[in-house]
Amino acid sequence: MVIAQPRSKEDILSILSTIKDPEIPVVNIEEIGMLRDVVLHKDRYEIILTPTYTGCPAMGIIQQDILATLFFHGISNATVKLVYAPAWTTDWMSDATKEKLRQFGISAPVHSSCHNFHSAQPEAVICPKCGSVNTSLISQFGSTACKALYRCKNCDEPFDYFKCH
Amino acid sequence: MNQQNALYTYLLRLGDSALIQSHRLSEWCSRGPILEEDLALTNIALDNLGRAQALLRYAGEVEGKKRTEDDLAYKRGERQFYNNLITELPTGDFAYTIAKQLFIAAFESLLFTELSKSKDDTLAGIAAKTLKEVKYHLVHARDWCYRLGRGTVISNSKLQHAVDELWMYTGEMFEMDEVDATLLKEGIAADLAPLKPKWMEHVTAILKDADILLPAGEFMQTGSRAGIHTEHLGHILTEMQYLQRAYPEAIW
Repeated sequence: MVIAQPRSKEDILSILSTIKDPEIPVVNIEEIGMLRDVVLHKDRYEIILTPTYTGCPAMGIIQQDILATLFFHGISNATVKLVYAPAWTTDWMSDATKEKLRQFGISAPVHSSCHNFHSAQPEAVICPKCGSVNTSLISQFGSTACKALYRCKNCDEPFDYFKCH
Repeated sequence: MNQQNALYTYLLRLGDSALIQSHRLSEWCSRGPILEEDLALTNIALDNLGRAQALLRYAGEVEGKKRTEDDLAYKRGERQFYNNLITELPTGDFAYTIAKQLFIAAFESLLFTELSKSKDDTLAGIAAKTLKEVKYHLVHARDWCYRLGRGTVISNSKLQHAVDELWMYTGEMFEMDEVDATLLKEGIAADLAPLKPKWMEHVTAILKDADILLPAGEFMQTGSRAGIHTEHLGHILTEMQYLQRAYPEAIW
């Protein structure tokens, strides 16, 4: 019988960084800002997760992915805790993450979490295909809750815009 | 009324409004006037469902009887629901749904701004998260009010009709009773009285820009705080709770 060695927080985080966002498979759950922390308890590892949107249907899958991935690495004593505060924001995405989104065909959030109720639409959304700012909004709600649907008037391509949040 | 009971009831009111509104919006699935609106309305339904889940889960914890969010959603009867009446009214036509969304989102943007400052950390956390989502709901409703109101004679008259029909259900959103009073003292609940003039100002401005006349009627319907509903809630629950009623404890 193999007795599992205690793992460090960094170990756990590095294992979890292999888990991709099921909706956007080019970024992992840490890059997107959902994975907040790992708390080492005496008897278990507690993974702190925050949802991007309250009703995000990917949350259940991500929780299962976390437990399954840890189990695959010999860790069966893990739990996942959902926290709402501080509320997830697209500000947590790094420039490198935004570039990955762009290469995947999703335009990244333009400005930091907009507090103004009357101008949820950013001034200039950049087309991820041709880089033009000559774009227009088709719909505030796109293929998933976190995205809006835009059209590029330069290259005529429709594309997803990751809304600032 | 003790604080625990008051908080439990308060959370049910917030959670039930989100749940029932979500159910009504989900009725648009595959029936939207255009594909983009089909997606938009169901996305908003999803936001509401997530909010309902978080609030009802917390309500179950506060109650302390080990009831989950599913127990609360599927195993309470009509008289034990406390959603605002406006959320349970039938879907109606697209203009009716948009007018409903405008009234509700304008209210919720003010409500959750206040609740994000609540001294109850869990409630404040859910409120701060919700606020970000409601902002998009409000912009969505506002923009459609402009399009319908300034569109054709028919689209304008449909929106005007919807606004007139729904008006008497808007007053109830601001009602407060001993539940609110108990929690206000502790800095947990939101004081709705000062929100009403702000709501009125905001909604009036949008409707004016949309060439829609503000209804003159002053009669306001009431009842949900005491669990008294329109005939429509029973029909929603019949559909929503069918599976758990027919096959108790079923999981998949």
